[in-house]
Amino acid sequence: MELTRKERELIAAVQDGLPLDPHPYTAIGRTAGLTETEVIEGLRRLVDRGVIRRFGLVLSHRDLGYCANAMVVWDIPDDAVGEIGEALAALPFVTLCYRRPRRRPDWPYNLFCMIHGRDRKTVEALADEAARDVGAGDCPRAVLFSTRRFKQRGARYAQCAPAGK
Amino acid sequence: MNVAQFGVLEKDLLDDFQRDFPLVPRPYRAIAERLGCDEDTVLELLCQMIKAGLITRIGPVFAPHRAGASTLAAVAVPEDRLESVAALVSGYDEVNHNYEREHRINLWFVVCAPAAERVAEVLRDIAARTGLEVLDLPLEQAFHIDLGFPLQWS
Repeated sequence: MELTRKERELIAAVQDGLPLDPHPYTAIGRTAGLTETEVIEGLRRLVDRGVIRRFGLVLSHRDLGYCANAMVVWDIPDDAVGEIGEALAALPFVTLCYRRPRRRPDWPYNLFCMIHGRDRKTVEALADEAARDVGAGDCPRAVLFSTRRFKQRGARYAQCAPAGK
Repeated sequence: MNVAQFGVLEKDLLDDFQRDFPLVPRPYRAIAERLGCDEDTVLELLCQMIKAGLITRIGPVFAPHRAGASTLAAVAVPEDRLESVAALVSGYDEVNHNYEREHRINLWFVVCAPAAERVAEVLRDIAARTGLEVLDLPLEQAFHIDLGFPLQWS
């Protein structure tokens, strides 16, 4: 579904987050050239249509004490990846779960998920538990702990369609 | 700000508003009413949590491929070049996440743009400027709807 110009302007104005102002949607509206009501209704529609998957506090796992963050990747046979992906995504400690293409020979893995824990041992144990739970114990997998964060912020999908400035 | 000393108010604030943040004219007052405190307290707590880095922002998390195009990219960077290549990658406004991960392929980043052509152009540009191969790993299927993260307050 295509986004309207107004929706793109709203996304551009809100993608870096709300200000700590008692009337944050009025402030967003000033940037986007919209009224407070248009901002609120526009955001509601984007949430209802699933363009915005959630709207709220975005936390830093690392700064909240979840010091071990790993991308756990799996090489799952193509005919089983749908079912195993669904099962993996349903586990409470898995935050994201995506199928992506393999790039052999460098990269043989086609299923990616994120697991956050207070320490490495916990995350490794959770990855083992996940493998057993979803019946992927025999599939090759790798646990890629993140060691340094060079950059993290919200996606800027609208940088080429700036608000009416 | 000491996470270990958080009381019910701080915990509920972090737990309850990762999704369904109030879309009403005074959202911080609506949160205060739900938590049984006042608007200034909510604003002050959020301000401290943002300063402490616990909250990176209050806003939208977009569904992949709905608001624009994106991909996950990865590069095997020789250890002695990691800092400079990471800085080069972070320098693109289209790059929003950029992490070192423990693997031979050690630099992982997400590229987002309004259109797929620009995403491809950024990847080509990074390959050309670094002389390194860039793996393009676009999403084929999403299994998880990110509804936030249940914190365990043990």
